Amino acid sequence: MHLLLALLVGVLFAAGVYLILQRHLLRIIFGLILLGNAVNLLVFTVGRAARLAPPLIPEGMTVPPEVTANPLPQALVLTAIVISFGLVAFALVLAYRAYATLGTTDTDALENDAPSPADLATNGRAPADEDAAEASPSSPDPVPSDDLAR
Amino acid sequence: MLLAIGIGIAAALLAPALYRGLREWAGWALAFVPLCLFVYFATFLPVVAEGEAVRQVTPWVPSFGVDLSFYLDGLSLLFALLITGLGTLIVVYAGGYLKGDAHLGRFYLSLLLFMSAMLGLVLADNLIALFVFWELTSFSSYLLIGYKHEDETVRQSALQALLVTGMGGLALLAGFVLLSIAGGGTFELSELRAQSDVIRAHGLYLPLFALIVLGCFTKSAQVPFHFWLPNAMAAPTPVSAYLHSATMVKAGIYLLARFDGMLGGTTAWVWTLSVAGALTMLLGAVLALRHTDLKKVLAYSTITALGTLTLLIGLSFEASIKAAIVFLIVHSFYKGALFLVAGSVDYETGTRDVLRLGGLRRVMPVTATAAGLAGLSMAGLPPLFGFVGKELAYKAKLGFDGADLVLPTVAVVANALTVAAAGIVVLRPFFGALRETPRTAREAPLSMLLGPLGLAGMGLLFGLLPTLLPRTLVGSAVTATLGNPIEIELTLWYGLNLALLLSVVTAGAGVLTYLRWDAVRGALARMDPLWRRGPERGYAVALRGLLRLAEGQTRLLQNGSLRAYLRWLVALAVVLPGVALWMHADALFAGVTTAWAEVLPHEWVLAVLIVGGSITVVRARSRLLAVAALGVVGFSVALLFIHLGAPDLAMTQFLVETLIVVIVLLVLWRLPAMARDARDRGAQRVANGVLAVGAGAVVTALALAVLAVPFDPYVSTFFAEESVASAYGRNIVNVILVDFRALDTLGEITVLAVAALGAYVLVHVGALPELPRVRPQSVILRTATRFMIALLLLASLFLLWRGHNEPGGGFIGGLIGAGAFALYAIAFGLRAMQQVLRVSPRVLLGVGLALALVSGLFALAAGEVFLTGQWITVPLGGAAAPLKLGTPLLFDIGVYLVVIGFTLTILRALEQAPPPSAAPVASSAS
Repeated sequence: MHLLLALLVGVLFAAGVYLILQRHLLRIIFGLILLGNAVNLLVFTVGRAARLAPPLIPEGMTVPPEVTANPLPQALVLTAIVISFGLVAFALVLAYRAYATLGTTDTDALENDAPSPADLATNGRAPADEDAAEASPSSPDPVPSDDLAR
Repeated sequence: MLLAIGIGIAAALLAPALYRGLREWAGWALAFVPLCLFVYFATFLPVVAEGEAVRQVTPWVPSFGVDLSFYLDGLSLLFALLITGLGTLIVVYAGGYLKGDAHLGRFYLSLLLFMSAMLGLVLADNLIALFVFWELTSFSSYLLIGYKHEDETVRQSALQALLVTGMGGLALLAGFVLLSIAGGGTFELSELRAQSDVIRAHGLYLPLFALIVLGCFTKSAQVPFHFWLPNAMAAPTPVSAYLHSATMVKAGIYLLARFDGMLGGTTAWVWTLSVAGALTMLLGAVLALRHTDLKKVLAYSTITALGTLTLLIGLSFEASIKAAIVFLIVHSFYKGALFLVAGSVDYETGTRDVLRLGGLRRVMPVTATAAGLAGLSMAGLPPLFGFVGKELAYKAKLGFDGADLVLPTVAVVANALTVAAAGIVVLRPFFGALRETPRTAREAPLSMLLGPLGLAGMGLLFGLLPTLLPRTLVGSAVTATLGNPIEIELTLWYGLNLALLLSVVTAGAGVLTYLRWDAVRGALARMDPLWRRGPERGYAVALRGLLRLAEGQTRLLQNGSLRAYLRWLVALAVVLPGVALWMHADALFAGVTTAWAEVLPHEWVLAVLIVGGSITVVRARSRLLAVAALGVVGFSVALLFIHLGAPDLAMTQFLVETLIVVIVLLVLWRLPAMARDARDRGAQRVANGVLAVGAGAVVTALALAVLAVPFDPYVSTFFAEESVASAYGRNIVNVILVDFRALDTLGEITVLAVAALGAYVLVHVGALPELPRVRPQSVILRTATRFMIALLLLASLFLLWRGHNEPGGGFIGGLIGAGAFALYAIAFGLRAMQQVLRVSPRVLLGVGLALALVSGLFALAAGEVFLTGQWITVPLGGAAAPLKLGTPLLFDIGVYLVVIGFTLTILRALEQAPPPSAAPVASSAS
């Protein structure tokens, strides 16, 4: 049982790591989601996950009646799920904003806007037009949008 | 003494402001600081003359044995007096020399900072404090050498001085640490001195000796590190006079003298110091004749003097230390004076080239007098103090057993050449016919006469009346160096002896060399290619190599590609723990069993779903397929949670998965398809795959290793037992979240709020337009939603309420509430949802956080730790059990509101973002 869970964690980790090494921003975010699942499952597993009753205390008792599941990793993982939800949601908005501003979702293409190390090495400072590269995006024209259902 | 240094530093910091107020009078005013310090240190003379030392300690980092402890004995006092005395004259002189310079305030700052650092260096008793002051002198001298920083070569010279002395400083620090180890763990010099015999016999003696001497040699410009000193002449002349003749370069000499009693006398000490000193002496003396720039000639003759001092300290016996101390004073006087004279000549005539100068004594009589006296002292002729110093040096060299003829010969050659150099810097410019110079020379102003005349006069005074020089000062300095009481008699006339004969020979040879200078210089010039291959070339090669190495490793590790950084991180995270796990594999994985038969059929199903889903996400070319597969993975994990006794987790996971799908879809149609995107090929793809599989394997191994360790249920058991007893809750997970570990949860909902605001800003910065349109949608969905939203909100409140005792709670309730509003927005549009909600989602964030915070404050009011649960009992009457109400419930309501606020803020932000057609798809990757 533990071996199976450990292997599942490994598979989720491998898939997540592979995806965050990709170039497309969306695939990186998918990787983040898988990594979140992997870590949650890892914490849960090493907290000695087992087929046990939930950590609840029945009415009228002051301690759990029999052996219950370990509540501590559950509390940790519960907040971790919500936090990774927050992280993924923020990352999605960030990906959208990066695309709206730079016109690409390719991380390798994003790098081209930064001064290259070759420039840095040759004269010890960034190219003179560095400020120009930071120029704010032109505001797009107002376009009628659709709502959530589309 | 700490106060004295503090005053110096304070004066330095105030100097720029003072200069703005007083302009040209600032020099005179600031000179009072070193003058007062001089007087202060002079009051210690009687105490020190008794052979006593003053020690003052201010704790600094006592836990590491690092204190600001100061130790004033004869040697320190001598240096302190030289530093403050010369400092006074230099500050006055600089006021005249740099008159009207725009950055003079900054100059005073660096100069006084340097003076304070130098004082700290010679007074410090703690090795670490000494090192800090040592580096401060390097640092402030960098600022001073680079004062005219508009000039490229000036910057290079300053950097060279900093790098060479800085490298030595690091060696010194390493040496100090070893010394402390060898000496029993203390960093106090005064305590280490008692351990001298132990240290000299210690196995670490040779390494620590080599490191400390390396530090001293770089600072005091000994061969092969001498090259930075002539280059440092790029500094304004007052700086050269102060730092590069009298003080900073003497810091190495000071330290050698300081350590003579502790480390000296061994074969390594005598040979290293005397050979390096003799070579430095000769090299400096020869090269001084190669140049025609007054400052260059003086710089090389300074190297000669530093070599002489190193040699004398290296010989390490009574007569040589005596000679070293006296010569140190002699040299400070005449070299300071001559540098200042060179500055005056430069200032008045516009050139420092000896060949273009002549006859200046007619227009600058006072400066010429100072130059003449200092020059005689430099040449070592009676009745100047220089003669006394040279006689003592000859006596010491003649008195040393074991080197017979070599030492006196080397000394005579070097001294004769120094006599010639003295002629070059004094006779050439001031005597003979007056020559035409770029500027018409006049006598220098008073501020620029005081220094040269004062220093040169001192050389005459102490030459005529050596007994005037506090005998006790020289005596106690020698005593402090050697470690045992020494009596010293100074006189101009020691009678007819071998030393006097050598002096006569020296003077004669020197005069001859001076008369044939042009021929000598020509011969030396023909050897220029040889000098160009000297140690300075090594410095250039090393510096270029270092830059190339930095460039190479930057290109390898810091090439600007985010993915490259990530690959390095993943690779390290795989390899380092991987190796560790591999090395201990036998012990770690002995207990792992492969009891596959125990695994239940539905567990297998979930495992297959998770693995299959993961593989599908990785391989998917369609975004929708990937999202669907992600959902499969997420829901399967949620089912695992249910199966393994974690209903709260399962509910949270289900809800989050649902909301993520909504958000992902909102973003998806605003981004280009993945299929169009370039993919990695070949080797890169394989590398990524290897890294990924490695990472998975390491994590699996880590999990198994952890599982193999016996489980300690202490914390979990504590929570289970206290859940009802002290927190009145029967859902232990929820009790942990809102009571036991509420501070963590508070941090987490803060993160959510920050993420939501971040997303809001991301969309709203750059003025993306508001999009106020609502469009009719599916009638079925709308009708169903009207009922559903009410039910869902009720359910969310119910789960929130019962969470303390049953599965549920703020997180779960909040996610359901968020889902309800999201559904409403899908059906009726965001504007309508907004009307139902009435307030901005960001208000929910704020109110939620505030509630959570306030719930913790009750405990503070009750005098307990922040966030401790406070409870009241509400009797319900009848048979019903009384109702327990507490601040954890309030806290959970805060969590609930933050979760709803977060989700809706994100949804709104994305909904208001324009679709891709509006985004400037200008320069896609090609």
